[in-house]
Amino acid sequence: MAHAAPVQAGLHDCREAWSATLIALALADPRVVAVVNDSVGSSKLGGFQKAFPERLINVGIAEQTMVAVGAGLANGGKVPFVSAAAPFLTGRALEQIKADAAYSNVNVKLVGQSSGVAYGELGPTHHSIEDLAWLRVLKNLAILVPADPAETEAAIRWAHAHEGPVFIRVSRMPVPDLGEQGAYEPGRAVTLREGGDVAILALGTTVHLAMAAAEPLAAEGIAARVVNLRSLAPLDEAAVLDAARTGALVTVEEAHVSGGLGGAVAEVVTAHDPVPVERLGFPGFVPTGSVEWLFDTFGLSPEGIAAAVRRAIARKT
Amino acid sequence: MRLPNDFLPLIREKALWMRRRAFRMVYEAQLGHPGGDFSATDIVATLYFGVLRHDPKNPADPNRDRFVMSKGHATGVLYTALAASGFYPEDWLDTYMQPESRLNGHPNRNYLPGVETNTGPLGHGLPVATGIAIAAQLDRAPWRTFVLTGDGELQEGSNWEAMMTAGHRKLAGLTLIVDRNRLQQGAGTEETNGLDPLDEKIRAFGWDVEVVDGHDHAALLEVLGAPVGDRVKPLCVIANTVKGKGVSFMENKAAWHHGVPNADQFDQAMKELV
Ligand SMILES: Cc1ncc(C[n+]2csc(CCOP(=O)(O)OP(=O)(O)O)c2C)c(N)n1
Ligand SMILES: [Mg+2]
Repeated sequence: MAHAAPVQAGLHDCREAWSATLIALALADPRVVAVVNDSVGSSKLGGFQKAFPERLINVGIAEQTMVAVGAGLANGGKVPFVSAAAPFLTGRALEQIKADAAYSNVNVKLVGQSSGVAYGELGPTHHSIEDLAWLRVLKNLAILVPADPAETEAAIRWAHAHEGPVFIRVSRMPVPDLGEQGAYEPGRAVTLREGGDVAILALGTTVHLAMAAAEPLAAEGIAARVVNLRSLAPLDEAAVLDAARTGALVTVEEAHVSGGLGGAVAEVVTAHDPVPVERLGFPGFVPTGSVEWLFDTFGLSPEGIAAAVRRAIARKT
Repeated sequence: MRLPNDFLPLIREKALWMRRRAFRMVYEAQLGHPGGDFSATDIVATLYFGVLRHDPKNPADPNRDRFVMSKGHATGVLYTALAASGFYPEDWLDTYMQPESRLNGHPNRNYLPGVETNTGPLGHGLPVATGIAIAAQLDRAPWRTFVLTGDGELQEGSNWEAMMTAGHRKLAGLTLIVDRNRLQQGAGTEETNGLDPLDEKIRAFGWDVEVVDGHDHAALLEVLGAPVGDRVKPLCVIANTVKGKGVSFMENKAAWHHGVPNADQFDQAMKELV
């Protein structure tokens, strides 16, 4: 659906990196196939379809079959990338993801497009803010949440090389390049900015917002560390515990405020030395509004993150 | 007692108004699904202005006929029909998709009177309507349940599970209307995951099936307005339609599934929709 905010100069729709990477992988590896649910356009797979018409399997509007067909293709020796709008891929086919992909531990790659609240005004049925909570508890399933085009490419390439089920969140939200982040390894977070007063733990589309929040905080005399966790499963628990040594944490994710990154961090922190954790995310079924309006209204903005940082610091003991 | 023909001028007038108003909503919001709004307009106008027995001032009346809009993306047609029927003031339409509007991109019963169930993910309306119709059957209630699905939507297996249930339970009070415009989001239904022979498939699930021209108000009124009488099976009306019906440059074009008009296209459409 053509509802994304216009991508401004210097900002990127990570779906472009996803589709270019898939074509590159498919050229090199004949096992690579794509499976879609009438989602060729929304998955930006028009180029893939032209290049490999036979290797694009469009099952129609049938997500449960789509995921199960992906699992079957993996059984038959293919490396399927199942690609659909994230809410329908994860919500509609949750049991297929659980039983056919994760529990069966099958080599299928699930690519949730336009994750989070990217569909804006189309509302909660089209938002995918529950996916992180739903999928995080599924054993064997890696959950990758790339933050810019380079990380998106790296995540897709890692998924291809990895033997096992993977869920990758691909965003259409315009994001800037984050620059060199080092080799990509799920479960290995990157500290993008050092700081000892508080740590902001971010994933995906919120990483650059956390960076933008840290600058004015520094002017206030607050040294905020910014950590890009890169994947939710596996989670870099050592990085989380190290961040907790600052004495206060803020988590920020384009997802439900419960059960996802914030929930995972709270689990880790409370199992060791608890520190205050301020969680930013969406509180549930959100009102009608554009993506920009939703981000601003629910504090997923440099100002909102800075305010959460001040709250977290005020709670420090 | 009004004869069916008495409704036709009203249905015609309302359908025209709905198309024009819905397209203005889409133009102003620069969002929406106008192709599927226009294929469904004559069906929805016939239901609201010729068939459904309900009281817009009492939308929770337990004895109302139910209409479930399963193709929830077509909010232009649904929201204009509800406003024109008096469920809420017409000026609510001006807020379409604005921040905190009651008129979300997909219908929400918690904010809008007249919406039976929240839709948007495809393949939910018929199963919910089946439950509604079972409730009526249990109570031996005379009210009826209508549900409108897209045709691409029928690729969702949930529809076929519900069709089995409805056929098995002989839910004669349930009427499924399929907006058979032969296009889905990205391409034609038959090239994506073919549905034909749709009538035979649905008949095999224990339903009566009628095939009509989905833009012919008289034909729609005749089949949808007919009382259940001694029919013993659920009824499916396959309404052959044209996606984008009424605007020359939109008709039968997949791109208008969620395409939105620029100023020139909007003006051109207003000239054609008369
Ligand atoms: C479960 C689910 N999968 C995918 C979508 C995305 N989607 C919205 S409309 C649409 C095409 C619907 O085609 P059809 O049912 O033929 O509707 P119409 O032509 O009447 O607009 C798709 C794939 C969705 N809304 N729900
Ligand atoms: Mg259709």
